[in-house]
Amino acid sequence: TMLSKGLKRKREEEEEEEKESLAVDAWWLDPGHPAVAPASPAVASSSLFDLSVLKLHHSLRQSEPDLRHLVLVVNTLRRIQASMAPTAALPPVPNPPAAPSMADNLLASSDAALSASMASLLEDLSHIEGLSQAPQPLADEGPPGRTTGGAPPGLGALDLLGPATGCLLDDGLEGLFEDIDTSMYDSELWAPASEGLKPGPEDGLGKEEAPELDEAELDYLMDVLVGTQALERPPGPGR
Amino acid sequence: RDLKFSGGSINTCRSRLEGLVVRTVHQADIISTVEFNHTGELLATGDKGGRVVIFQREPESKNAPHSQGEYDVYSTFQSHEPEFDYLKSLEIEEKINKIKWLPQQNAAHSLLSTNDKTIKLWKITERDKRPEGYNLKDEEGKLKDLSTVTSLQVPVLKPMDLMVEVSPRRVFANGHTYHINSISVNSDCETYMSADDLRINLWHLAVTDRSFNIVDIKPANMEDLTEVITASEFHPHHCNLFVYSSSKGSLRLCDMRAAALCDKHSKLFEEPEDPSNRSFFSEIISSVSDVKFSHSGRYMLTRDYLTVKVWDLNMEARPLETYQVHDYLRSKLCSLYENDCIFDKFECAWNGSDSVIMTGAYNNFFRMFDRNTKRDVTLEASRESSKPRAVLKPRRVCVGGKRRRDDISVDSLDFTKKILHTAWHPTENIIAIAATNNLYIFQDKVNSDMH
Repeated sequence: TMLSKGLKRKREEEEEEEKESLAVDAWWLDPGHPAVAPASPAVASSSLFDLSVLKLHHSLRQSEPDLRHLVLVVNTLRRIQASMAPTAALPPVPNPPAAPSMADNLLASSDAALSASMASLLEDLSHIEGLSQAPQPLADEGPPGRTTGGAPPGLGALDLLGPATGCLLDDGLEGLFEDIDTSMYDSELWAPASEGLKPGPEDGLGKEEAPELDEAELDYLMDVLVGTQALERPPGPGR
Repeated sequence: RDLKFSGGSINTCRSRLEGLVVRTVHQADIISTVEFNHTGELLATGDKGGRVVIFQREPESKNAPHSQGEYDVYSTFQSHEPEFDYLKSLEIEEKINKIKWLPQQNAAHSLLSTNDKTIKLWKITERDKRPEGYNLKDEEGKLKDLSTVTSLQVPVLKPMDLMVEVSPRRVFANGHTYHINSISVNSDCETYMSADDLRINLWHLAVTDRSFNIVDIKPANMEDLTEVITASEFHPHHCNLFVYSSSKGSLRLCDMRAAALCDKHSKLFEEPEDPSNRSFFSEIISSVSDVKFSHSGRYMLTRDYLTVKVWDLNMEARPLETYQVHDYLRSKLCSLYENDCIFDKFECAWNGSDSVIMTGAYNNFFRMFDRNTKRDVTLEASRESSKPRAVLKPRRVCVGGKRRRDDISVDSLDFTKKILHTAWHPTENIIAIAATNNLYIFQDKVNSDMH
């Protein structure tokens, strides 16, 4: 039970809550309690591990996790896991190394808002996260006004300027695009297999999927994407 | 010199710090920040509801010497409102995280207030006169019938009841992806910085549509995130220097002249882990929750979970001084981890002469340490001990063994009563203590000057 963090309440309720939390606290402070005076280091580590995993889950379930809390819990989890004997039973949760990636995915997906309109995007761009491992977005996607020229291939994130440039944001728009959430491209819709649909001239389209794609099919697909051609049965070879 | 308050010395536990209690108007809301202005005439508090309350010190009156220098409410205004981020589907809290005063440059006062995402510059002005005797308008401002005007008069300024007007002058928005934890005004009085978990931005006070990123510790891959920024502050005299602290307990002093992006620190202050005190919680308790430069600019004060430390800017290897705030909690870290208290962020403060440091603790206790005599005292901010003119009695936490009558045992400490926010008047022995939703102002009656 988390102690009250000072919610608005009347004084009497406050006092009741305090009494309640003191009572809850008491057992932790009881030196006879197994959690406090560990019977064996392995037992203590294991229960601390469980506790930490619980905390991590709780933290990640917040709509906007407290990063400091998250990082400290994850680091503590790593310490505990490192010290635990190999034979100690691991709880049925993902391994701690997965926890950070779970954290990462959850952090990423917490930014996803597929229903956001472009206007909202422009207004709230500073709240959006850039993710370096997102697949490269379509060249003609993204908010209007964004230049793709600077994006190195494979970077994926629309983190064009990047804070590393450290330059004054002379152009307000460019600065706004510094952190852009590309997690909408992270979802399964944009699995690597579908990268073949990108009109990027430098990649062979769908190289792995359909090595026999010929130029006629490339043209056809291009037309579909551009919208001049409705999707229909792909033309046979040699059209 | 002894830590003297009203002539007593700590040694005999008779530190008589006179208590003056100021009950805040907004008792329902948790105070989230407290800050004196540069002269100490004004004291600003921010709360969880996004409100700012400014107290003003009454000028000393010869007629009533007992009530000299009391703080009364000067102005109250709503600084931040809750916002909804539609993109992320989450609410941005209106809670005021920090307030910083700008140095006063004219008759008006200005301050910066910030919540998690947006910083605002507020201008506070006084109006105590109003013009009367217009020719074309009547008292209510309605246009007069010109035919009734038979002579011309010169409007005169007449005194009126003091009116304090607060207006937002700048809104610095969209600069932060993460939660802002600190703001600090530069000694150049033209720029200020704001820090969130991973980045620090430099702003010009007159420019709201752009900021300059000067620190970025966000890893390319968020999976690699192991450390966050916890606090930051500009050097009080050198406008190119600033410090930021991390969740791993390190301090980085950066020089803005060295590089545009100050990811490479000029100095790294870090104390090696004490092998005898090592535990699973070593990192958490080493996380620095506050960093403050001394008034002299020669030292830094940091607060971590169990200690306050004084660092010499010229010595990076270890702190100059370490003071135990509540070492009796060291054996309780497990339960404090379980109930999340171990993540509480306490602030710290210097007195005006940098000879005494102060920080809060649990059970509404706060602690003061005299750097010269190495004496310390524990005091309590509570309604019982804070009747007007009541002298604060030192408290003691006993950890077993011989127990005195008024001692509190560790096991009966109230961990919901935490003093996170404290402030010390820039020149005098006046301190402001925020205890949940009550503001206490304590004043040394006899020795009001710094010693």
